[in-house]
Amino acid sequence: MTAINSRSSVAAVARAATFRGTSLRLPRPGPLLAVLFLLFLVVAVVDPSLLTRYQPLAINPAHSLEPPSFTHWFGTDPSGRDIFARVVYGAAPSLSIGVAATALALVLAITLGLIGGLGGRFVDGVVSRVLEVLFAFPALLLALLFVTIFGASVTSLIVSVGLGSAPGYARMVRGQVIAVKSAPYIKASRVLGHSRARILRQSILPNAMRPLLVLGTLGIGQSIVWASSLSFLGLGAAPPAPEWGAMLAAGRDFISSAWWAELFPGAVIVLVTLATTSLGRYVQRRLEGRDAGT
Amino acid sequence: MTALATAAVGFEDDLDSEFTARADSGPRARWRRIGRDLGNGILVLWGAATLTFFAVNAMPGNPAVAMAGGAGSHPSKALIAAVTREYGFDKPLIVQYFTYLSQVVQGHLGFSASQKEQVTTVISQSIWPTITLTLTALALAWLIAIASCLITVRRRRVVSSLGSGLEVFAASLPQYWLGIVLLEVFAFTLGWIPATGGTGIIGLILPALTLAIPLGGFLSQVTRDEFEAALEQPFVVSARARGMSDRAVRLRHALRHAILPGLSLSGWALGALISGAVIVETLFSRNGLGGILLVGVSQQDMPLTVGVTLIVALTYVIAGLVVDALYLLVDPRLRAR
Amino acid sequence: MSAVDVRDLRIGFGRGAEHREVVKGISISIEPGECLALVGESGSGKSLTARSLVGLAGAGSTVTASALELHGRDLRAARDRDWRTIRGRDVGFVLQDALVSLDPLRPVGKEIAEALKLHGWGTARSRHARVLELLERAGVPEPQLRARQLPGELSGGLRQRALIASAIALDPGLLIADEPTTALDVTVQAQILDLLEETKARGRALLVISHDLAVVSRIADRVAVMKSGVIVEQGPTAEVLFEPRDPYTRKLLDAVPNGHDRRTRLSPSSSIRVRERTIPSNPPSAESTAPIIRAENLTKTYKGPDGVARTVVSDVSFELAAGETLGVVGESGSGKTTVARLVLAVTRPDRGRVLVSGEEWSSLSETQRRPRRRLITSVYQDPLSSFDPRWSVGRILTDALPDDGYPGTAARGARVLELLELVGLGAEHLTRRPLLLSGGERQRVAIARALAPEPAVIVCDESVSALDVSIQAQVLDLLADLQDQLGVSYLFISHDLGVIHHVSDRVLVMRGGRLVEQGTSDQIFDSPQNPYTQRLLGSLPTIESART
Repeated sequence: MTAINSRSSVAAVARAATFRGTSLRLPRPGPLLAVLFLLFLVVAVVDPSLLTRYQPLAINPAHSLEPPSFTHWFGTDPSGRDIFARVVYGAAPSLSIGVAATALALVLAITLGLIGGLGGRFVDGVVSRVLEVLFAFPALLLALLFVTIFGASVTSLIVSVGLGSAPGYARMVRGQVIAVKSAPYIKASRVLGHSRARILRQSILPNAMRPLLVLGTLGIGQSIVWASSLSFLGLGAAPPAPEWGAMLAAGRDFISSAWWAELFPGAVIVLVTLATTSLGRYVQRRLEGRDAGT
Repeated sequence: MTALATAAVGFEDDLDSEFTARADSGPRARWRRIGRDLGNGILVLWGAATLTFFAVNAMPGNPAVAMAGGAGSHPSKALIAAVTREYGFDKPLIVQYFTYLSQVVQGHLGFSASQKEQVTTVISQSIWPTITLTLTALALAWLIAIASCLITVRRRRVVSSLGSGLEVFAASLPQYWLGIVLLEVFAFTLGWIPATGGTGIIGLILPALTLAIPLGGFLSQVTRDEFEAALEQPFVVSARARGMSDRAVRLRHALRHAILPGLSLSGWALGALISGAVIVETLFSRNGLGGILLVGVSQQDMPLTVGVTLIVALTYVIAGLVVDALYLLVDPRLRAR
Repeated sequence: MSAVDVRDLRIGFGRGAEHREVVKGISISIEPGECLALVGESGSGKSLTARSLVGLAGAGSTVTASALELHGRDLRAARDRDWRTIRGRDVGFVLQDALVSLDPLRPVGKEIAEALKLHGWGTARSRHARVLELLERAGVPEPQLRARQLPGELSGGLRQRALIASAIALDPGLLIADEPTTALDVTVQAQILDLLEETKARGRALLVISHDLAVVSRIADRVAVMKSGVIVEQGPTAEVLFEPRDPYTRKLLDAVPNGHDRRTRLSPSSSIRVRERTIPSNPPSAESTAPIIRAENLTKTYKGPDGVARTVVSDVSFELAAGETLGVVGESGSGKTTVARLVLAVTRPDRGRVLVSGEEWSSLSETQRRPRRRLITSVYQDPLSSFDPRWSVGRILTDALPDDGYPGTAARGARVLELLELVGLGAEHLTRRPLLLSGGERQRVAIARALAPEPAVIVCDESVSALDVSIQAQVLDLLADLQDQLGVSYLFISHDLGVIHHVSDRVLVMRGGRLVEQGTSDQIFDSPQNPYTQRLLGSLPTIESART
């Protein structure tokens, strides 16, 4: 029996004032830059030759380890390959690893989370315990074991990163399903006499899955970092391939003489993560802001 | 999927969250909770050991060959046969599993063929550097998170945006790359810190920072959200209306609320740090569990791998209990009920 | 010297072209030992005005005034450091809703001591003694124990007292209380008002912000009525409440349910149809009509936090006839909401049963009951959370239509429009999202949804409690009109005696899970038999009491 007559009026007025303020300004620069950068990456994935005239695997020993210049923007590696071209061509394999791993993680997480969140007390208990075990299991060890069993390849990389990040998402899905399941509007639906199947289909699933879009966006960056870490340890793509993690592993040996071979691929990974994170958080805030307003 | 899920849907018949949510309290419930936590911990250890045991056994190659010194040393057939018999590799896997499990329960983690030593000895030699590293990193990460929030939340627009921007940036840094850059800048170019500084405090700085900066960025983001929310709460207005200064409001009221979500993530964070330690220890050529784990997996050394896994899972379980205790310290609401 | 002297106070947000004034030049003054009440509905700017008196109008606000004096001190140019010495020492501020206005992580004793410590009062030891003394004075029993407890462990009344204790810790010359009794049970409400009155009697100035005119009539010497940032009327309490000059004040007074004869219109008749509501010549009674709902010996027990079973509803029996409104009134924890839940069959009784139209209801399995669920629908306290956040108004209403009733999209669409019209909304609301509607519009949508399956009974659980009085009046009128038109029965649950008195044909009074009294509305309110009912009614402040 809480009456909420005027408690929030000050906050509401203040919020209305700030809302009016921001709505008139241009979109914030962060998300805008993020979108531009991601568009650049999409081009790199679709047709990398639009962005560079060099070939990622073309060896040119005469120009080995050249510093960045107008001809070679990011410099060259020990075999004289253009690093900018390698970064551009590396977008496809690196990004697809990130996206595929996140997708796999989300599929696993949704399955486990739904079973836990919707199942009875016993089923939920079992799912929670399984998640607990997976959580305690170092993600890197999981990846190590997986790659050792199935051999180093892009597929193993995707599967091991996906497996490693699934428990975290699964916990969130489960929590979300449980929260939505006990929301007042679900009770209201039951009182209207709707069947469980109908409520599940039209209210619980869509509302519980809504935050996953944002989570997925946030996750892609982290997956790319993870996958490149594994490549870096020699568990992923084979060295000559232009994959960012593998490039970093190769560049490490020359860092003192040729910093550019290490800096640029790493910086691109950081930028991808930054772009997806800031975009994801922007969308998240927009969604929450809309949800929380009064 | 819908049909399957529908079959399993268990709407609680009584939707009385206001009554059932607080079911876990009272002295008897507290003991029950402790018992449940211990049971959970044991379950986690068992699950981790089991998973690792079967994974290592699923690896291609003959474990007896690995045990006898690896394929490279071309062990004789007789030796392989002897090893097979001694370690029971000819028995069904499930028998091997239970034999191993009963040994573990008695405290025997077995003999590491790759290190030619007892697994317990190997672990006890390498566990402390890793624990020192991860705990230092966790402490540093918290320092970063709290400092960033106190300094930049709800300040002038520029400062706040800079703060949250730096946090996202820090959280985006891949550990190995950050490590390489830090090494290059501070050890090789500036020469302030030796690249492989042994076990002293100086040698700990760069590896710990490598682990702490990305984690700190992540914890900051979580803490910042909560900090902002806390500063909007009526009790903050109440405190100000009593004459409290902005700094005191932040330190005494908001901060306490803000660290709660990060705190509950700290158990998970420690686990993630141990994963990260594998990379950092390789990068900085540090002695520790990470290197041992890499050797264990690559040499198909089952007792060593399972041993390390068990220790890591144990750390996770203990960290979880410590985090629970700390949580109670910060949030007395759970204690009181 | 006045405790407060404010002239032409203006508060705005935003800069330049985006500047928006929320408080538009108001003037008030309060003498020591006097109580001024600032009255108004949500968004009138009354809370903001109060906050500006302690320099807490909020980030991004601009405050200007031709005079802003507290105890003769000019505060127009005060900096944050100056304000800090004033807050707590010269002005005590009691925020609304003590549950969120006290730090949930700190014991209340610490919060009170903090007020003393911030102004360098005493030593740790003497502060502790003072905290106990303050709690005692605020009427908190067992102060030693309470000082160690967290806000969450205290009842609403005790929390509010602890909050007041922290505000009067340094005995400030001015005490500001923002909705000090909202959300409290009437008996507790009366105690809090006593406490405030005592402060006033000690010669302190009091500024009370409230939407509740009855509360105001009990404590205030003068009343200022605020609307959209302007004071529309200000004067002695009796004058403003009994000879209101401004139409808005009159409208507010008309909207208060307990100031009127039962079942008259509360809102100006603009709401839906111009139609005088008449009291039925022979009100439906349980004898003349077969009851739609029959509850027999309902008992419900929950396992409490400590593992001990707590009986929340015990042996409750009642009947609800067709076209009748049955009011259920009681304080928090009386079990009235559980009764609603039992009738709605979202929870099962441990003993006893509910019959609907003479047939089994509570004992059915959910599958058996589901096709008949359309007989009983519900309107909740917080409509927003009862709507799927993704849905538009049209989708919400379509979803509530019975599957077999309206075949075809066109028929369903027409019915949805009809429902909207019934509750005084139109086609333009179809595509809107509830989030963007006002509180009153949301509750209308909720009522339309409850009507969609053509139910025999609508359970209203605190359905108007969160609304401003004038909106509440419109919603109550709407419910009454719908009953006339459709013959639907209401099970109306509220803690608000005035509302219950206004809407009910018959009333159940509940306390501690038991039914203490039931009878017709007139019986209960004019000649209550049970001592508890008498006490409950006695502590209810009414506007009439201010006449004397």
